Amino acid sequence: MKFRWHRRHWSEIIVKLLMYCSVGLVFASLAVILWTIVSKGLPALTWEMVSQTPKGGFYLGKEGGILNAILGSLYLAGGATLIAFVFSLPLALFLETYLGQSRWANWVRLSLDVLWGIPSIVYGAFGFILMLSLGMRASLLGGILTLALLELPIMVRAMDEVIRRMPYDLEQAALALGSTKWEVASRVVLRQMLSGIVTAILLAFGRGIGDAASVLFTAGYTDSIPTSLMRPAASLPLAVFFQLGTPFPQVQQRAYAAALILTVIVLVVSLGSRFLAAQVGKFSVK
Amino acid sequence: MSNPHIQVCNLNAWYGSQPALKNINLAIPRQQITVIMGPSGCGKTTLLKTFNRFFELTEGARLEGQVLVDGENIYDRAIDETEVRKRIGLLAQRPTVLPMSIYENVAYGMYIHRMKKNAREYKDAVRHYLELAGLWDEVGKRLHDPATALSIGQQQRLCLARGLAVEPEIILGDEPTSALDPISSQHIEKKLLELKDRYTTVIVTHTLRQAKRLADYVVFMYMGEVVEAGPASQVFNHPQQERTQQYLAGMF
Repeated sequence: MKFRWHRRHWSEIIVKLLMYCSVGLVFASLAVILWTIVSKGLPALTWEMVSQTPKGGFYLGKEGGILNAILGSLYLAGGATLIAFVFSLPLALFLETYLGQSRWANWVRLSLDVLWGIPSIVYGAFGFILMLSLGMRASLLGGILTLALLELPIMVRAMDEVIRRMPYDLEQAALALGSTKWEVASRVVLRQMLSGIVTAILLAFGRGIGDAASVLFTAGYTDSIPTSLMRPAASLPLAVFFQLGTPFPQVQQRAYAAALILTVIVLVVSLGSRFLAAQVGKFSVK
Repeated sequence: MSNPHIQVCNLNAWYGSQPALKNINLAIPRQQITVIMGPSGCGKTTLLKTFNRFFELTEGARLEGQVLVDGENIYDRAIDETEVRKRIGLLAQRPTVLPMSIYENVAYGMYIHRMKKNAREYKDAVRHYLELAGLWDEVGKRLHDPATALSIGQQQRLCLARGLAVEPEIILGDEPTSALDPISSQHIEKKLLELKDRYTTVIVTHTLRQAKRLADYVVFMYMGEVVEAGPASQVFNHPQQERTQQYLAGMF
């Protein structure tokens, strides 16, 4: 029973080492990113930054803030997530409840996966062409619709993966009481999977609010707060992009402040939804 | 048998090309406990599943013949399977509570079938069925806790209450105590015996002793066929078929 080195022990150590390395890498990159935006952005992050729109000399480093981009991003991503959700949930439920593992379902899943992989600039270009043909200008509505298209496959597939984990016993239990398939889907599957669905929404929202390329042509950019769906809207990723591109250090610093604000929004939304998911998930059958 | 509750006529069933039930003819007596017994893989669960239209949920499942409940073929095209399942409740092998509170678990079935008129009636009914299943004393004060917080034995009684709440005439049990500890099993058996005057009960079991404790009427199956069926005293004490004798003697 004396311990002797064996090949199995070595492989155990190597695998463990690899695991620690990848965990370390993930944490290190997160820390570096956070450190960069905090250290460079925090000095520029004043109350003025979050409460005012850009004034005359803003892009030269003078007074004003990025309230236009903060609100614009929230409108864009919020609207897009809402629209994507309205279509995603029924689609995901239908996929599982009615199509199941059939060939059709797998075709739908493959199409969604392809859509997921398409770069967002292509969505931007697609949305732009579509808007041109409809005679629309760059606007909040255009941005919302394009972002919704971008978010839809992410949300459906994330929900789908959650719903597929539904225990079959549970479905049977509901069917045994005389439920229709729709009652099973809407009252039981949904209840069971609610926390996972909240996570799917968050995932899509995070992707939507952070995306610059798809809103570049479709939502445009403006220094004023969006007041109408048909007017252009600013967004945080583009605020970062434009400000980082100027030669003035103060403006560049503001780009990092904008990035910091974006990160904080995503953080707050994810913490909030985690809390929500834990609340609604307490009835789930494990 | 006069006026049986369930009657099975020339029933054949297949999973893909694999035959599961071979020419079953059977009558299940009203308001008694019928126990279907037999070795693993003999088709007893399959037979039970044909009674509440669960058989068809398995992919590749195919069926010929008739299952008559009160003389009406439940495989008729005009039959609504959700109505069949409402009239014929199922107690599954493993208790599976719905992802809801204890109260909602019992109210769920009544709610989807719109069986009560107002909140008061739902509340009273939930209490009534929890009492009927012998669970009220344990959960009456925490109706709005998640049902998953209950012990597994309590969960099975909750499943019983939930099943009774949709007012079925027939209760099916697919080895309903096999996942439970001995005390919880006793609870369930006791309840089934108490309820047998009101409901026609069909239980699948592979424990002979449980069959002897519960059965009024016994069906013995082997290799997808019904070998012998009859009143419990007759089948247990004077089995007619050689296979039944061998099974009762514990030879397989």
